[in-house]
Amino acid sequence: MDRIYLDNNATTIVDPRVKEAMDPFFCRQYGNPNSLHSFGTEVHPAMRLAMDRLYSGIGADDQDDIIINGCACEGNNHVLQGIWFGRVRGDARNEILTTQVEHPCVRNTCAFLESLGAKVTYMPVNADGVVDAETLRRHIHPDRTALVSVMWANNETGLVFPIQELAEICRENGVLFHSDAVQAVGKLPLDVSRTPVDFLTFSAHKFHGPKGVGGLFIRKGVPLPPLLHGGEQMGGKRAGTINVPYLVGMGLAMELAVDNLAFEKSEVRRLRDRLEDAILAVPDTLVVGKRELRTPNTILASFRGIEGEAMIWDLNSGGLAASTGSACASESLEPNPTFVAMGIDKELAHTGIRFSLSRFTTAEEIDRAAVLIRRSAERLRAISSTYTGGH
Amino acid sequence: MAKNDLIGGSLWEQYSAKVSERMNDPRHRGEISEEEARSLGARLVVADWGAESCGDAVRLYWAVDPKTDRILLARFKSFGCGTAIASSDMMAELSVGKTVDEAMKITNIEVEKSLRDIDGTPAIPPQKMHCSVMAYDVIKKAASIYKGVDIATLAEEDIVCECARVSLRTIQDVIRINDLKTVEEITQYTKAGAFCKSCIRPGGHEKRRHYLVDILRDTRAGMEKERLLVQADAGDFQSKNLIQKHRAIETALDEKVRPMLAADGGSLEIVDIRESRGTAGEPGTVSVYIRYLGACRGCISSTRGTLQFIENMLRQELDKTIRVIPL
Repeated sequence: MDRIYLDNNATTIVDPRVKEAMDPFFCRQYGNPNSLHSFGTEVHPAMRLAMDRLYSGIGADDQDDIIINGCACEGNNHVLQGIWFGRVRGDARNEILTTQVEHPCVRNTCAFLESLGAKVTYMPVNADGVVDAETLRRHIHPDRTALVSVMWANNETGLVFPIQELAEICRENGVLFHSDAVQAVGKLPLDVSRTPVDFLTFSAHKFHGPKGVGGLFIRKGVPLPPLLHGGEQMGGKRAGTINVPYLVGMGLAMELAVDNLAFEKSEVRRLRDRLEDAILAVPDTLVVGKRELRTPNTILASFRGIEGEAMIWDLNSGGLAASTGSACASESLEPNPTFVAMGIDKELAHTGIRFSLSRFTTAEEIDRAAVLIRRSAERLRAISSTYTGGH
Repeated sequence: MAKNDLIGGSLWEQYSAKVSERMNDPRHRGEISEEEARSLGARLVVADWGAESCGDAVRLYWAVDPKTDRILLARFKSFGCGTAIASSDMMAELSVGKTVDEAMKITNIEVEKSLRDIDGTPAIPPQKMHCSVMAYDVIKKAASIYKGVDIATLAEEDIVCECARVSLRTIQDVIRINDLKTVEEITQYTKAGAFCKSCIRPGGHEKRRHYLVDILRDTRAGMEKERLLVQADAGDFQSKNLIQKHRAIETALDEKVRPMLAADGGSLEIVDIRESRGTAGEPGTVSVYIRYLGACRGCISSTRGTLQFIENMLRQELDKTIRVIPL
């Protein structure tokens, strides 16, 4: 039986066209692009094409930088640590503003900076699960805020943050703005020529590119010291030999993702809604966040009386891959911070299950998934000591 | 952290086949009704433990023969992960056929061992061990209901680490006996803190009454006090600390020296006491710096016979490494 992959917010299948485009750069054109000889220079056209695709994919100007790095986690570390080491330390503007629902790679980097003496404020989300303009206005202080960092879309809920507004507020106040767009690329149109972000980070493997490569957009003229020191690669802003095949793959993956945005908005959304309707047809379930406020591919569902990990165990036995932010599954054993921040019932903090689709998801898979979900909900509720409904 | 920990995501791979089977098809799932219990001539006991908000909850049903206290039938329901469900199932199974008192001796460790495929290979990964603790707690609860007593009266020991069932007393004892100085050592000796890690310090998965860091600190503080008292009472001058040495010297002076000096209208006071640590084979010395008072000041004997007398007296009374230096 074919397995069904509904964990695309964790990682995605590499588009076969991407893999094919990468292939020549392993055994044939394997030169180091910094070399002066022909092995080095012959990879430049493909790299230029990839860079063109990345720049055009997010609307970057040729004068801006897109630093090719290992992943969005690296990019986020680069921005936060770079701002701390290069700007904040010893400056009157020493506060970093972020949210309570960032990915651990932002949250834990902030915690690290706090241990070095940084002042970090974690803004709460509103009832819709996002940080709104009003909240940012309340927290931002041009005389003391150095950087605002807000994710474009949340990995757990898919909720999309009002980045346009937030970025404009930062611009008005002369404060730098960073957005972790790892869950937005390929799901939402991004255009940094319209949205005044100073830094933007993404990872190729979230949009059908390979794992281990990402990008960091830095607006023209915004200074940021390197995170990795070494050679002159990436204009000295990120040392380390450029991963040519992965850059080539990410470039094509970006182009394909952007080409498929309309498909994402209509078809992926249609399948997502179909699955969501099937989930909500199971009694005593809920889905976090309004549909129109989410990325088109994400559902964070809660099945009352069912512990999240028990359900993904069941679904996995049936060949369906989903994920849980619930306490039991992670080693930290902490309740889902997004749930906590959104003020969702403590009971539900252990029942969350995330289903995330991609453009490779089929209607047939969604229908099979719906059956597996219903069956698991029935089985686990039959042995649940806390589920009282449905009788 | 090492090779085996660096990849991650292997939680389920560490489950035994028995855990998987019992998660997929728990043998003792379900309820026992009043009628079913009555038809067995048994008393129905229903016990709840945990809460959804904690991530784990279990309800245990027992049909207990009131004449023999024997558990005839056991079933459970659970809100929990695979480990919680599988261990509840095994716990129910282990309790059948036992008396209530015997069942109370079932621990999560026994449940975990019964779920192993191979002796010596844990049935679940360490961070899942706390999910099996509930199986133990709910038995206690059921027993207290059956006996009609408060559950607190059934707690024989003050448990610090629920996962490994290590009591406060055990932890205090190993710290003392083995002179343990770190939490890591406590974990090595007792397994306390090796599993869900909640009991190591505040801020973990769940709030605990005792934390290893506090127990270590308090026990070591207690040990240090005892050490000082032992030292103070020690007859052996060398083992005393400086203050205690000072006190012993003053006492000896008061008893054996000052009365003699006073007879001639003199006295002395201690200005300083300095210790030099000995080396291997070479004992340290204790130098007592004194100042003569009254008639002793300027007395010719004070640097010869009297001095010799004082030093000999202290050496005889206390320790032969004492030197007396007049200022």
